[in-house]
Amino acid sequence: MNKPVKQNCGCGLENTQPSHNLLREMLPMDRPPVKDEPCCGPPPGPPSDPNERPGYRLCSFVQGFMPTPVGPVPRIKTLLDTRDKLGTWNVRMGFGRNDYKVAPGLYAVGDPAAEAPVLVTANYKLSFDHVRESLAGMDAWLLVLDTHGINVWCAAGKGTFGTAELVQRVLKTGLAQVVRHRRLILPQLGATGVAGHRVKKECGFEVIWGPVKAADIRAFLSSDHRSEVAMRRVTFTFSERLVLVPVEITLLRKHLVYTLAVLLFLSGIGPHIFSWPAVWQRGVLAVAAVAMGIAAGCIVVPVLLPWIPGRAFALKGIFAGLFLGTFPAAVHWNDSSISYWSGPALLLLTTALSSYLAMNFTGSTPFTSPSGVEKEMRRYMPVQAGMAVMALFLWIGSAFLMK
Amino acid sequence: MKSLRYLENVVTLALDEDKCVGCGICTQVCPHGVLVLRNRKAQIVDLHGCMECGACANNCPTSALAVTPGVGCASYIIQSWIKGKENSSCGSQGCC
Repeated sequence: MNKPVKQNCGCGLENTQPSHNLLREMLPMDRPPVKDEPCCGPPPGPPSDPNERPGYRLCSFVQGFMPTPVGPVPRIKTLLDTRDKLGTWNVRMGFGRNDYKVAPGLYAVGDPAAEAPVLVTANYKLSFDHVRESLAGMDAWLLVLDTHGINVWCAAGKGTFGTAELVQRVLKTGLAQVVRHRRLILPQLGATGVAGHRVKKECGFEVIWGPVKAADIRAFLSSDHRSEVAMRRVTFTFSERLVLVPVEITLLRKHLVYTLAVLLFLSGIGPHIFSWPAVWQRGVLAVAAVAMGIAAGCIVVPVLLPWIPGRAFALKGIFAGLFLGTFPAAVHWNDSSISYWSGPALLLLTTALSSYLAMNFTGSTPFTSPSGVEKEMRRYMPVQAGMAVMALFLWIGSAFLMK
Repeated sequence: MKSLRYLENVVTLALDEDKCVGCGICTQVCPHGVLVLRNRKAQIVDLHGCMECGACANNCPTSALAVTPGVGCASYIIQSWIKGKENSSCGSQGCC
């Protein structure tokens, strides 16, 4: 324990390093029996875990430590508990996902020997959970890279799941002393950041490209490291798209507050210069148009992606926006206090917003190329801007043009 | 993924067959099956399916493959237009 780290979750090897005395200390000690005597307050909680150390916090997914030539290595559970599932739910909803990570380093799954396979993953807790869950009943080593709490594919794109980090982590953990073989199994989507031939040259370990999904690891290992074609392809199924929707929406929080504030203010402008009743009456319609734009761009387009016409996401967003935008635009059609021009204004607002948000969804998909995204942005951003400006002019103008 | 296709005629992927040594790593790491190995040489069989992730070029031991890799993300591209590519980062406010 050279370097105490406060609340260091996971107790990576570098923190639990060398001493064998330390391991002896970790064995449960004799404790005086707790007497069942009457006392004030509720009954006491359980005693401290023998593996606890001052300044460190034992993670709930660690179920003990196994001795290795480089010191004790945390042995992790393969069954997710309520806390893990709650954490998954939170990050799926977009909360706390920028700091959802485990300590990088070496972990043990089951009772791995020196010949056990070494799997590599990112230190995003969601990735870590997926991998350990898929290793239930197996004996393996899990080398976790410091990807700053980002998943494998995105981290590979940014370079944190990269050759340098992998080589450094192999050397830092003393992996060569723990295992007899010289093979690392990496998730296929890490190939954007890791160059296998350079890893071999720099640390002596051969990179074997595993399947795309953690769920296929078992089949991959049992088939002598051969992947079916299907295991090597990314998918973007209905449920995979649906699970991204909450994050797409929660990411808008900050921008949404500003947008709504501006729209409510503009809704109050009219023949009386500024009117609070108009903020309420017309503002509700503007808010509804924004809500429909978000629903179209962040829900309808992602979920119905293959079935909406067009290849460009911005175009798909225009179709979805035109469809959902008709509802707020038409709802007050017969209201004599609202101008006919309000309808087109609201429809344009919904469509512009939907197109822009749908275009932004390109970043969450596994098949859009940067060259293609740039091309559609150059083509459709002027259209979106034009629609938004026209919507605002019509919206303000319609307040002066009553039926 | 055949049901989800993106824009065509935009991809920057290029293969120099003379440099290819037929190791086949590119066919393993490509998540879209853009490349196959035929007669001990890599071949591009689905150019427009490429998403320019750069995995193949990064793992080619002889630099036979070239691509302008990047992130197919509108937020990132807007950032790169405003601040320049070197000052942009993908996912600053929580995309991926």
